[in-house]
Amino acid sequence: MIKVENISKSYYVSEKREKTKIRNLFFKTRKQIEALDNISFSVEDGEMVGYIGPNGAGKSSTIKILSGILTPDSGKCTINGMVPWEERVKYVKNIGVVFGQRSQLWWDLPVIESYNLLKEIYKIPKNQYKRTLFRLTDMLDLDSLINIPARQLSLGQRMRCEIVAALLHEPRILFLDEPTIGLDAVSKKSVRQFIKNINKESNLTLLLTTHDMQDIEMLTKRIIFLAKGKILFDGEIETIKQKYNKKMVYIKCKGNKPNLIEGIEIKDEDEGYFTVKLDKKKITEESAIKYLISRSEIIDITSHDLSTEEIVIQMYKDYQV
Amino acid sequence: MILYIQYLKAYFMSISQYKKSAILTIIGQFLTSLFSLLGINFLFSQFNSLGGFTYEEILLCYSNITFAFSLAEFFARGFDTFPYLISDGRFDRILLRPRGAILQILGATFEISRLGRLFQAILIYIWVLPRSKIVWNFFNIFVLLEIQICGFVLFVSLFILYATICFFTTQGLEIFNIFTDGSREFGKYPFAVYGDKVLKIFTYVVPVACIQYYPISYLTGKTGNMLYAFTPLFVIPYTVLVVIFWKIGVKKYTSTGS
Repeated sequence: MIKVENISKSYYVSEKREKTKIRNLFFKTRKQIEALDNISFSVEDGEMVGYIGPNGAGKSSTIKILSGILTPDSGKCTINGMVPWEERVKYVKNIGVVFGQRSQLWWDLPVIESYNLLKEIYKIPKNQYKRTLFRLTDMLDLDSLINIPARQLSLGQRMRCEIVAALLHEPRILFLDEPTIGLDAVSKKSVRQFIKNINKESNLTLLLTTHDMQDIEMLTKRIIFLAKGKILFDGEIETIKQKYNKKMVYIKCKGNKPNLIEGIEIKDEDEGYFTVKLDKKKITEESAIKYLISRSEIIDITSHDLSTEEIVIQMYKDYQV
Repeated sequence: MILYIQYLKAYFMSISQYKKSAILTIIGQFLTSLFSLLGINFLFSQFNSLGGFTYEEILLCYSNITFAFSLAEFFARGFDTFPYLISDGRFDRILLRPRGAILQILGATFEISRLGRLFQAILIYIWVLPRSKIVWNFFNIFVLLEIQICGFVLFVSLFILYATICFFTTQGLEIFNIFTDGSREFGKYPFAVYGDKVLKIFTYVVPVACIQYYPISYLTGKTGNMLYAFTPLFVIPYTVLVVIFWKIGVKKYTSTGS
């Protein structure tokens, strides 16, 4: 179980100055930046949480604090009954971390050799290691990959190997920092499926940061939305969807564009055709259709819910981040 | 220890992917350090002694330093390249693993090309040891081993010191190379040759003279002072200090994250 209470962290960054002066080589003006501002949340065992927010929101700082490699300025945090930054060596035995942008595999070695090294690093008993390795490689179809040097793997193949590497010591918590970054559609899908399975099978607690809304949609029910170091939303993704629930309706017509009444906006226009968007606060679908059909020929009507992606864009706008 | 051997094995497996390149760099290192050897030879074609040391004695000093330094470079390469470990995030990964950071950095990489220099040092030993007019009794052999082992430990801790400074400056300080590479280059001749001030710096700030000038003076009979035979042991408290300083650095790193 992860319990975070009132964590704050600020950094000093040296300020940029407009003029280059020799003086600046020796003196710096430093500016304090609040990377995290009074963050509190808790995650139950076996829960899967999506941690989202724009770049620079403080996601990576949170992951660093939770994994014990960064000490916050103030606040409390207990994970599995331990304070991450206090007993590093003892604490990290129970967590796994995957960075989408960095590899922990030995570049020139066959993947299996990296795994053997990790076995030694984590002092995993031989039988347990064999069992876990078999289970994971079986699940991910890695049998053919693990004898290939890491540098020869595709990004998608490597990411699956990375996740296995982070799970060999059977941690209870897994942090995934942008695990699908840069992957193609098929690889993304298989990585997601694997994360899902592993969470279900071994009751692993998962905290996932991502910019890919499909990750969130496929994997988590709960999201924590972070911006400028503050948590702006923490809850079911469905709640947000309802709040932003807007059915978008588009009507495509043939003919010349008529004068438009309020609530009907032009979306795009092509020779002889035009498409309009309805603002349902101002006009009902029925009256819009009636109005349009008397002036042109309706070809197509489409409607869809706001996707998670669009909701997040909307949230970024609403919170002005 | 098992883990360390595994790291070493992994390194040699990686190297075996680039055999030719490895062999060429070993030869390259052998040849580059050959030049300073030629330098010594050139000097001694003009003079018979340098600061009271004969050709053979200087060569002994040279091979001691080369031996200890290249061995340290081979094993402590991770600390030598520490700025990269920080900037590409590998040091974060090290902190995420349930093992001591120093062990993991030592295991992170090795530098096989330094074996070229090590080989050269051994060749010189073979030539110079029988010709040095030093009686190789039990105690003198002990002093020689003491120089080699303490020298190795000293250079490793200098690399750790260099890495520690990175915590405070993020970038490596090239100026620090005066003490690492500098002590290797200067150290080929006994420090007394450079005068009293240099000797003092290399005794109290960077105690390279403790594994070089003092014990060599004892071995070659320049002094009967037994104390000089044991100066290499001064490296032990020095290393302890460096490790404490390193730990402070790691603490600082985890509180700033950069």
